[in-house]
Amino acid sequence: MPQLHELARLIRSKNAGPFELTIDVMFNDKESYDRVISSQVLSKERMAGLYHVDPAVVQLFQADVALAIKISLPRPIPSGSLQDTDIFGGQFHSPIVRLNIP
Amino acid sequence: MIKAVAATGQLGTGFKAHTLAAAAVGADFIGCDAGSSDPGPYYLGSGQTQSSEQAVARDLELMISEGLKRGIPVLVGSAGTAGARPHLERTVQIVRRLAEKNGWHFPLAVIDSELDPERVVAAYEAGAVTPLNGAPEISPATIRAAEHIVAMQGPECFIDALQQGAAVVVAGRSSDTSIFAAIPVMRGIPEGIAFHAAKILECGAASVVERKYPDSMVAMMDGEGFTVEPPNPDMMCTPQSVASHTFYETADPFRLVEPNGTLDTTNAVYTAVSDRAVRVTGSAFEQADDYTVKLEASTLLGYRTVVFAGVRDPLVVGQIEQFVEKTNAVIQGKIADSLKLDESDYQIRWNIYGKNGTLGAFETENRVDGHEVALLIDIVAKEQQTARAIGSVAWHTALHQPIPEYSGLVSHLAFPVSPPAIDAGPVYEFSINHVMHIQKPSDAYTLTIDAL
Repeated sequence: MPQLHELARLIRSKNAGPFELTIDVMFNDKESYDRVISSQVLSKERMAGLYHVDPAVVQLFQADVALAIKISLPRPIPSGSLQDTDIFGGQFHSPIVRLNIP
Repeated sequence: MIKAVAATGQLGTGFKAHTLAAAAVGADFIGCDAGSSDPGPYYLGSGQTQSSEQAVARDLELMISEGLKRGIPVLVGSAGTAGARPHLERTVQIVRRLAEKNGWHFPLAVIDSELDPERVVAAYEAGAVTPLNGAPEISPATIRAAEHIVAMQGPECFIDALQQGAAVVVAGRSSDTSIFAAIPVMRGIPEGIAFHAAKILECGAASVVERKYPDSMVAMMDGEGFTVEPPNPDMMCTPQSVASHTFYETADPFRLVEPNGTLDTTNAVYTAVSDRAVRVTGSAFEQADDYTVKLEASTLLGYRTVVFAGVRDPLVVGQIEQFVEKTNAVIQGKIADSLKLDESDYQIRWNIYGKNGTLGAFETENRVDGHEVALLIDIVAKEQQTARAIGSVAWHTALHQPIPEYSGLVSHLAFPVSPPAIDAGPVYEFSINHVMHIQKPSDAYTLTIDAL
């Protein structure tokens, strides 16, 4: 069973402002893109569990034009506040890189 | 047709002088974004700037020189990283010095978008301040506690400055897109096209397939759409690279909220017109019922001292969590005993790199697998001298903290720098993530024009 990074061309995260985080998963081919979407591995519930937020605040988007999946959520800890470990939010995608995709 | 040039993605990060010179031929304006909230709350709180004055002056000198030579405006938004008054003043000083040095004479517009806290309190009490996603709770007290509050401007402030004859505009906090949408909107380009092109331009060459180094970007806009093409022949855009960049660092990939409405790229079509250029059509703009400016604020929390150390002894690495826990308890005891401080007077955070230092509570592989770990001891107290005093206690205690396997005096931490405890200065947090509803754009900025 392939892992997400074996199907995607880019997996990245970044602040969308200091209080939100956005994760992009981008593909080179429609087959891999469709496979990851239909697998439901990147579901709101799964993301909510990984980032300790309510599934209701997770936003999930599919951008066919860029063969990209976008996941956005309020930052559990705002950028630069005392408990934050990643000011730019650039490493928060790491837990999904090796997820298995059926 | 409007030809828009973005000098680079962030003023002070550089571009090739010959790329900008080539891009500026036939251009209608040169713009550059100079700020972001991305590098954290420090810059807005302290008034400090991310890029050095030397680096900013280098970029500005080339941009203004091209602008004056071709008789086209030069627009800079979010001056000095955070766009508050100290950042704006520092950037204006750089422009003045460059003008003096080069013998330039031109009308300089300065747009101040810092707000007086009482103004924001009054708006809050009138119900005109509403929260965005993930916003902290605010009150008149938290608003007044902020070091600086800025209002993110739309393109109207730039249009105002240009209509009053400015050749160079330096604005405080302004939306990334406002800089590049202003002239196109002023000259009748539909807002959907202008804002979408602006979103692509604001990061400079970031929308190319592979950005090897920061450089300039060009968009040609007309009534039907826009074409984006990197002026550097070594770079290329593809429909996918441009579409992907449309939703870089935005929460919603299709809807980008601006002060006067929302850019909707749901029906945008990206077509290759050469192996380097992409045509974009179909972007729409929904006018909002009222005008809103996003507020950003940063509040002082205290002062920081940090200690960074490596641990390599396999016996210590193997019990690093217990080591940290026991050491922290000893440190707290010493702080109470010799510094007479209460636990509420300070915070000590331990990041264990090699375990969960990067992701903290969100680490899914919460264990130590490697042969070494790094410890960051992060201390925040109300005064710098207090944080420094705690830092000295912390590193010395941790250095000689015993483990049960060894008897005799040990030195478990490897400090790569002297002194081991480093004062990191004031610590801030972002304290407002709201929009303020205003009657008209000019309610949230002050424009002055100086004849240099």
